[in-house]
Amino acid sequence: MSMETTVAERRFTFDRQALTARLRELLPEHALLAEEEDMRPYDCDGLTAYRQLPLLVALPEDEAQTQAILRVCHELRAPVVPRGAATGLSGGATPHSDGVLVSLAKLKKIISVDPLARTAVVQPGVRNLSVSEAAAPYGLYYAPDPSSQIACTIGGNVAENAGGVHCLKYGLTVHNVLRVRGLTIEGDVVEFGNAALDAPGYDLLALLNGSEGLLAMITEVTVKLTPKPELAQVVIASFADVRRAGDAVASIIAAGIIPAGLEMMDKKAIHAVEPYVNAGYDMDAEAILLCESDGTPEEVAEEIGRMTAVLEASGAAGIRVSQNEAERLKFWAGRKAAFPAVGRITPDYLCMDGTIPRKRLAEMLDAINTLSEKYALRCANVFHAGDGNLHPLIMYDANQPGELERAAAFGAAILQLSVRLGGTITGEHGVGIEKIDVMAEQFTLAEIAAFHRLKKSFDEHGLLNPGKGVPTLARCREYTQARTGGAAISPRF
Amino acid sequence: MSTLIENWIGQIADAAKSGRMLAIRGGGSKAFYGGPEQGERLDVRGHRGIVAYEPTELVVTARAGTPLVELAAALAEKGQWLAFEPPHFGPSATVGGMLASGLSGPRRQAVGALRDFVLGARLLSGAGEELSFGGQVMKNVAGYDVPRLLAGSLGTLGVVLEVSLKVLPLPVAEKSVRFAVDEAAALGRLNQWGGRPVPISASAWHDGVLTLRLSGATAAVQAAQRTLAGDDLADADATAFWQSLREQTHAFFAGDAPLWRLSLPSVAPPMALGPTLIEWGGAQRWLRTGDAGAIRAAAVKAGGHATLFRGDDALKAAAGVFQPLTAPLARIHRNLKHAFDPQGVFNRGRMYPEL
Repeated sequence: MSMETTVAERRFTFDRQALTARLRELLPEHALLAEEEDMRPYDCDGLTAYRQLPLLVALPEDEAQTQAILRVCHELRAPVVPRGAATGLSGGATPHSDGVLVSLAKLKKIISVDPLARTAVVQPGVRNLSVSEAAAPYGLYYAPDPSSQIACTIGGNVAENAGGVHCLKYGLTVHNVLRVRGLTIEGDVVEFGNAALDAPGYDLLALLNGSEGLLAMITEVTVKLTPKPELAQVVIASFADVRRAGDAVASIIAAGIIPAGLEMMDKKAIHAVEPYVNAGYDMDAEAILLCESDGTPEEVAEEIGRMTAVLEASGAAGIRVSQNEAERLKFWAGRKAAFPAVGRITPDYLCMDGTIPRKRLAEMLDAINTLSEKYALRCANVFHAGDGNLHPLIMYDANQPGELERAAAFGAAILQLSVRLGGTITGEHGVGIEKIDVMAEQFTLAEIAAFHRLKKSFDEHGLLNPGKGVPTLARCREYTQARTGGAAISPRF
Repeated sequence: MSTLIENWIGQIADAAKSGRMLAIRGGGSKAFYGGPEQGERLDVRGHRGIVAYEPTELVVTARAGTPLVELAAALAEKGQWLAFEPPHFGPSATVGGMLASGLSGPRRQAVGALRDFVLGARLLSGAGEELSFGGQVMKNVAGYDVPRLLAGSLGTLGVVLEVSLKVLPLPVAEKSVRFAVDEAAALGRLNQWGGRPVPISASAWHDGVLTLRLSGATAAVQAAQRTLAGDDLADADATAFWQSLREQTHAFFAGDAPLWRLSLPSVAPPMALGPTLIEWGGAQRWLRTGDAGAIRAAAVKAGGHATLFRGDDALKAAAGVFQPLTAPLARIHRNLKHAFDPQGVFNRGRMYPEL
């Protein structure tokens, strides 16, 4: 990525020298970075189009150091941006130029795995996949499996309420986390949830999930572990027509089946993936569906039979069922590699993340094709079809003048349509800085104001991850005026 | 906007201006739960009906005053249901009351709690604003997850007008089995089975008998039945048994003695605090007697918390209904209450005296 876009930020005025000096006293020398060359690797997350150097980078090694950092920042009123593995795609971990970027990468211990209770206690910097690896000897695993699971960390998963390809049946992060231990901006230790299934008072644990680092700094997480199903098999169905594939998704649900995974890829995505991964996808198909069943061997046999019958009745041109675990993983490898595969055929791409009611899938695809022509940019589509979550990958070249702007406008149009079709601007990637303006499409000024009051309930001075997640009211008004040509107000305002 | 909602907005504004309190109420089936009702009634039952239901989307949206029986019947007609088996506690139960109480039934151990099925909500804030959060889709991370925050908030944050919930297909097959076993052994077995792919959808231990319910594909239920080798329970008896736990009509719940609910790690050993009924694989335990202080202390020591689920007002006032919060959490609770209900109009004291 060659182009660098800086971010419009709220300014924070405080004694910068005092902040640096105080943090130097508190932290080991190697745990505080202040030189540009040292901080450069931290200037963005997965949303690489936006880069920003922070004032300082802190790398605490434990909760006590993290607490000390927060106390100083709170006292001096300096902003703080938490960061995990920075695989996020919405700019949730983009640094703030006035603030301290707090990387939790060194808090990476798996504290305990309790096979009888089926829980694991981990620090926020533990990678998603390594939780499942630690649980594997006991026949258990951690169910949420975002495509970035090799690299992304549990702290980030909680902050974004990460999903994955199996969440229709096994839920999102919010459904698989029992407890979050964290620090308020004041540095007070707080426990959201506990080792039981619920906690007294408001469900703050639910609120923490997906709060994008705006409410508290996470220092420890207790996750639920799930027994590994005895068997899993996946069916690949190819369709000569995207609309039929979309209808097949609805028919599977209507038949009372909740697949363990239900994914869709369109022709452009198949053509990006197949030469890269050799997953065995049908290159002639307009769309393919991957439909997984898991459980006991008896259950899987019964369910695969029912799935196959529905897919055939829905007009699938070809159907293949994985015959062994190696083949199942190969079929999934294509889907999981979709983003990097698209990255190979284009200099840059923007990944959208709207969710719509399943029945509107075909309509959305038609609209995306039209937009693709309008903006003269290619777009490959991969969907978590089972839960209506779309990932259109808009391909562009940042070195070509105007392409990033066109790509951004294309993306915004998709998100506007997602809201109009009864859905949301983000299903699992978060708002971050990327979609902050589009929030005004989905929420009224009164709702946005309520979000600000909620944030203030945790963080009175707005120091935790400022400028992310929720737009200021002024920004909402500007966006709406620009959208409507300065005349009337948008339908929801 | 309907006249009814306009009237409520007026009622809220009047109450806020004059410093009066409002008690939001549906069918009153769960009025026993939480602190005593205070202030003038705001009856939501007039705002009823299913707004949208499409079985292939697995989502239903219903107004707060919709009777739960009406919602259940509409879902059953399409072979679907609220899989967390919310207790009704009477024929008058409403959707709004279900959300406000946040309670889940026997299947919670297998499918998750009510809050796991909440997708969206529309509410009136204490400032009389109509606000909508979440939506009607399975995955949605735009804005804070206010809908789940409302689950179990006992009406302290606003008047819920409408709720969108995830629904699931009814299980294909179910079978219940029984074992004669003591409490410690039952807890041991429940946790061991919990770590294996056995399709257990509910469990209960009481008075030396452990009952399990298996749900899923016919073949899977039959296979599990063979492996577990318990005594089969006749289908009609099984249905009646699980219903009696869900609705607390089982003999264990009879009488006026206080009822304590302990929410514990499933692996917590027997509490030895008196006659006990265990559900949710060991994670939910009911007690009929005991010293409030001792119960609360034991629950915390075990890693969970205790709720005075049913009790008279004097005991509730003395012991508090819910486990006290730590200072930072109590501060966040007060701030959140203020954020949604700045004048403290709604359901004051139903959860904690200061909210």
